[in-house]
Amino acid sequence: MALADRKPDATEDRLAAMTLPEGGCIMPAREAALARLRDMGLPNRRDEYWKYTRPDTLVQADALPAALFDAGEAPMFSQFDRLKIVFVDGVFDPEASDDLMMEGVRIDRIADICCKDIHWAKDLYGVLETRGQTPVARPLAALNTAFAQDGVAIHITGKPSKPISLIYFHRSETSDAILHHVIRVEPGAEATILENGPAAARFNKCMEIDIADGGTLHHVRAQGRDHERRAVTHMFARLGTESVFKSFTLTVNGVLTRNEAVIELTGDDAVAHVAGACVGDGEFHHDDTVFITHDAVNCESRQVFKKVLRNGATGVFQGKILVKAGAQKTDGYQISQSLLLDDDSQFLAKPELEIYADDVACSHGSTSGAIDEDALFYLRSRGVPEGEATDLLTLAFLAEAVDEIEDKALAEDIVERLESWLARRR
Amino acid sequence: MLEIKNLHVKLEEEDKQILKGVDLSVEAGSVHAIMGPNGSGKSTLSYVLSGRDGYEVTDGSATLDGEDLLDLEPEERAAAGLFLAFQYPVEIPGVGNMTFLRTAVNAQRKARGQEEISAADFLKTVRERAKSLKINADMLKRPVNVGFSGGEKKRNEILQMAMLEPKMCILDETDSGLDVDAMKLVSEGVNALRDEGRGFLVITHYQRLLDHIKPDVVHIMANGRIIKSGGPELALEVEQNGYADILAEAV
Repeated sequence: MALADRKPDATEDRLAAMTLPEGGCIMPAREAALARLRDMGLPNRRDEYWKYTRPDTLVQADALPAALFDAGEAPMFSQFDRLKIVFVDGVFDPEASDDLMMEGVRIDRIADICCKDIHWAKDLYGVLETRGQTPVARPLAALNTAFAQDGVAIHITGKPSKPISLIYFHRSETSDAILHHVIRVEPGAEATILENGPAAARFNKCMEIDIADGGTLHHVRAQGRDHERRAVTHMFARLGTESVFKSFTLTVNGVLTRNEAVIELTGDDAVAHVAGACVGDGEFHHDDTVFITHDAVNCESRQVFKKVLRNGATGVFQGKILVKAGAQKTDGYQISQSLLLDDDSQFLAKPELEIYADDVACSHGSTSGAIDEDALFYLRSRGVPEGEATDLLTLAFLAEAVDEIEDKALAEDIVERLESWLARRR
Repeated sequence: MLEIKNLHVKLEEEDKQILKGVDLSVEAGSVHAIMGPNGSGKSTLSYVLSGRDGYEVTDGSATLDGEDLLDLEPEERAAAGLFLAFQYPVEIPGVGNMTFLRTAVNAQRKARGQEEISAADFLKTVRERAKSLKINADMLKRPVNVGFSGGEKKRNEILQMAMLEPKMCILDETDSGLDVDAMKLVSEGVNALRDEGRGFLVITHYQRLLDHIKPDVVHIMANGRIIKSGGPELALEVEQNGYADILAEAV
């Protein structure tokens, strides 16, 4: 039997042990997502969109166990004043979390919304995910919408004084977590969302972000360092007129990571930046899949992805800029680069531009290279030992992505972590 | 201080002998100049001494204060007190000039078993030395050599030299790409570092630089060997008559 024919079976195998969480105003969205999922089928390696990343372990019924990892250091963002929302193996932990009250924002648990008949999140939950299913199917996101056990609805109405920090602890070696967040940024409102932690042995996370006219959202994420963890994440964002969305992700370790970002610029003069810095060592597979649609005039989008790979690690980048007819004065930029520290590592890139407007400026570039030997010798000739010199050049390579973080204190935190991790591996 | 004996070097990738028996001895406190036509092996000598990949030493030796240089990694040679001012300083995007300098100074101190320099002391010293080389605060902040003019790059080399305080300085065509004023500035920087404990090996095509950095000994290099050595007057002879006479004489 061909693999394609087995798709419905594979999908039913996964669904067999799952039940839809009951009740509440988002129930219809869950049911619709389940129907969508059955229609699409879960991905397998024959799918073009999964050509570079094998989805098997993300799809199969049981999550592979992942050993817990003690980093021996304070979790990311610890030194920042922030509102903490903690999930342990995908379940909200009210004890470890802060009081979810803060001026300028209203936060509810998805689990609580399930008991309510009326809630604003009903108009967002599953909505952007559905929009994001064309032109490319994203079945694991539909699975998420249908079965998410927990998550938060964040309604940003003003300018909260501190970042909202989503923290994902991994405490069980066999945990299989599905989280779904919805975020609505009202006109003129502005906030920062932080995310960090490995979350679970297998983590499926979906975040739908709706930014109204003139709204601004900053997003900085550091995925957990547990070596054996697997994660598939989707970020669906819709941007209104003059709105701004800036997202940065740091990924170190993790046997498998697939981060999809699906961004629609639907209002004129909107700005979307999505960036990633990734350091992969050994059995490590990291996939950034980005799809940005320009559907309004004079919008700007930037994709900046940098991957450092060694000891046979694999990096993947699939990035697309789609400029719809009428989206004139689009300014689109996309760069994906890898630094390969040995011959065993590989970087697979598929940059795409699809443009239907005639007055646009779009550029893209993708490179793969080894460390610059001339620069390395220059540093060594000044007395910097080879390992330290390599780290310095590695950080310099990642800098363009880290620079995308607007908050300099956060950026510095990321750089310091990278420095200490690199130094430890020497 | 620097003792080079019968040094034979070939390119690793092709079977091409570049240095064919170089003998040279630079004493502490002295300035030696090497002149010679293109392709004579001058730059190769500087690269081999500083430990660049791609060269194979087939015979001979090079020591610094008795320590075998050729056995050391480039960073160990630097810590031992060797410094090469590059003919073409390398641009390093993403690494700030200041970070680079501090990392290098501290790495060398560490290698010598000394304590790291305090941030305040470092900053003070850098500013002082940068000022005398007319290197402004902006240049210190920018990534290493990125967007620097030819003259700025060479001044930056001298600043590194001033910060690292090496025992033995090799200047590889430091005058190339410099206008008269820049050459003067760079030369002043070098002269300020002249010291009885420090040796200099100045590689150049032109006598002009030697007007500013007065050598004690001038060597003429051709075809992988030093074919003639003499006083500063040798540089003037080259300037006036070219290499032809000296080369003919040596055959």
